[in-house]
Amino acid sequence: MSRYLLRGGRVIDPASGVDERRDLLIEDGVVASTGATLDEAGAEVIDVAGAVVAPGLVDLHTHVREPGREDEETIASASAAAAAGGYTAICTMPNTDPVADSAAIVEKVWALGREAGLVEVVAAGALSKGQRGEKMADIGEMVRSVARVRLFTDDGHGVQNSLFARRVMEYLVTFDAIYAEHCEDEALAAGGMMHEGERSMALGMRGIPSEAEELMAARDIALAKLTGCRLHLLHISTAGTAEIVRRARAEGVRVTAEATPHHFSLTDAELESYDPNAKVNPPLRTEEDRAAIVRALADGTIDAIATDHAPHALEEKDVEFQYAPPGMVGLETSLALTLTELVHPGHISLTRAIELLSVGPSRILGLPQGGPLTSGDPAHVVVFDPDGEWTVDPARLRSLCKNTPFVGRKLRGRVLHTFFAGRLTVRDGVVLAGELV
Amino acid sequence: MMKHLLSMDQLSSAEIVTILDTAESLRSVTDRPIKKLPTLRGRTVCNLFYEASTRTRISFELAAKRLSADVINFSADSKSSVAKGESFKDTAWTLEAMGVDAIIVRHGSSGAPHQLSQWVKASVLNAGDGQHEHPTQALLDLYSMREHFKDLEGLKVAIVGDVLHSRVARSNVKGLVTMGADVILIGPPTLIPPQAATWGARIGYDLDEVLEEIDVCYLLRVQKERQSEQLFPSLREYAALWGLDSRRLARMKPEVLVMHPGPMNRGVEIGADVSESPRSIILDQVANGLAVRMSLLYLMLGGRSEDGEVFE
Repeated sequence: MSRYLLRGGRVIDPASGVDERRDLLIEDGVVASTGATLDEAGAEVIDVAGAVVAPGLVDLHTHVREPGREDEETIASASAAAAAGGYTAICTMPNTDPVADSAAIVEKVWALGREAGLVEVVAAGALSKGQRGEKMADIGEMVRSVARVRLFTDDGHGVQNSLFARRVMEYLVTFDAIYAEHCEDEALAAGGMMHEGERSMALGMRGIPSEAEELMAARDIALAKLTGCRLHLLHISTAGTAEIVRRARAEGVRVTAEATPHHFSLTDAELESYDPNAKVNPPLRTEEDRAAIVRALADGTIDAIATDHAPHALEEKDVEFQYAPPGMVGLETSLALTLTELVHPGHISLTRAIELLSVGPSRILGLPQGGPLTSGDPAHVVVFDPDGEWTVDPARLRSLCKNTPFVGRKLRGRVLHTFFAGRLTVRDGVVLAGELV
Repeated sequence: MMKHLLSMDQLSSAEIVTILDTAESLRSVTDRPIKKLPTLRGRTVCNLFYEASTRTRISFELAAKRLSADVINFSADSKSSVAKGESFKDTAWTLEAMGVDAIIVRHGSSGAPHQLSQWVKASVLNAGDGQHEHPTQALLDLYSMREHFKDLEGLKVAIVGDVLHSRVARSNVKGLVTMGADVILIGPPTLIPPQAATWGARIGYDLDEVLEEIDVCYLLRVQKERQSEQLFPSLREYAALWGLDSRRLARMKPEVLVMHPGPMNRGVEIGADVSESPRSIILDQVANGLAVRMSLLYLMLGGRSEDGEVFE
């Protein structure tokens, strides 16, 4: 296996408390040594002066469309998009066709991830059979499968029946597995296409009130207290939910939360153009909500930035707003949006950004990722230029789908190289898919 | 004049006045033995209707024909290419390829005319989109009010009923506020969310409280198909609290106007006798719709309004 010497980068490794200019030697899949100036000793030297060297990013929330809609995204194409975005692990959502509610499906996802070989593909399992919220999925079998599922969710739907939610939480305690909720009271949200407020009223679109999310978040926290189950709240989007999570954590409830780049970058003002690419669930909220999510990311209430990467075919998005499915791709813009919207304006430090994109999500999943990048640790590494400007161009995205409202947006922060288990998966911004397997 | 008419937001009070003045000049054409002007000869106007509509489509069709335009009607019914799965965008591009100059679109999805205007070179006229807007209805309503009250400034207009789901209400509030009218929205909070206050209108729940002060009582259609949504207990209770019956009409100013965009539910939002009373101008609204739509086509497709010579 190749040896690489990353020369002169700014190593930011929150897990070891490091933020300094250091060299990093990668050998046999691990960090062989670090130091102020390391000897080349036959390694290939990559000059990374001026760039940040950090643990590889971990996405808690990726929709691949395999099995079922391979025209929209395969596990291989999602892996390439993830690597290009600086990721070394993605957690795939179970709302495929068929739903990942059995060992056979999660093992297939896991195996296809291994085959692609660009990132660790961590399959999430469904909570309920077919994600219908009625019968438990094969939870224990998925935990014990080679995919070793740790996170269960019916994402795309919230669990509507409180008794069912309670029972699943109780059962998950057996495995100390995570109950992850898409918080949405479907009766309150029914028919909604955007955030309910002044703008939905003016645009004549049925709204989804913040309370549809907040009620379920509050219910789940109460049930997590009751059952002792680990709870993770997916893509929280409102000021109210952030406050509910803040209070629960102060009380010591085992709850974690994630927020997406679009919810900290955009508001419902995007909808004024009726651009179906800005349609997403939970919907883009108000400026007040956006600012509250930014504060919750900064103060530790939210543990992770997750993409909710949701590819949709052009023919499905390029229709009347009402008929377009919700969702946008995000793996290739998340780091740059974090830097552009949070770090450069001074809302959070670079170290906090790495915590949110790597350390936090890795800990939630219990992965051997997210650092530390010290001797003997696995070499999952991203190298990025925090100031490098680029413009989001659909033609250059590796994802098979290009549904993003950020098209044409100039962002600051560019991935240079990604190492997955010591292998270069991205070099100078180019995915090295051909060299793998 | 603007290229597209998508929303009443686009129009200043001066532009609204131009549209209404032009409509007034054109109205006389309807009284001639030969009801036709050559203005839009050689231009093609397409009615693209994704929602069933008889009155609005006929009104636009007649307006275009009176101006000598060629008119094609495209209804997205069970026999059309839409039923075969053709997308909105492909339909738009097909019409574009045939060289239409204007597309008059009605669609059940809010914002569809906005999207259409980004895809085609033709002028787009919004003939009603989802729960968003219905600007030509608002313009014909303003025209009808102006026929009776010289000045719209300071006019007290109550809009009663289902504001939440009404594109007519949205366009009318915007147009009336632009013209300086004093708008009061009346109905239960299930039909009038508090955000409507940001439109510059007042909100009230009690129709009886405002009867004596208003100049216009504009009744919105109760959408019976929404009964399952539990917006109010029953049509009977709605009629009792917010329906305009002759007893309420008797308490209003003698010169008050009763308006309704149609089609009416007699006995629910409007009493049968009220709709036929001299205070009701519901049929004038229909007639004025033709003139206002002629005016818009005339102004948007390259006619002139200043000298009026084409009307002679």
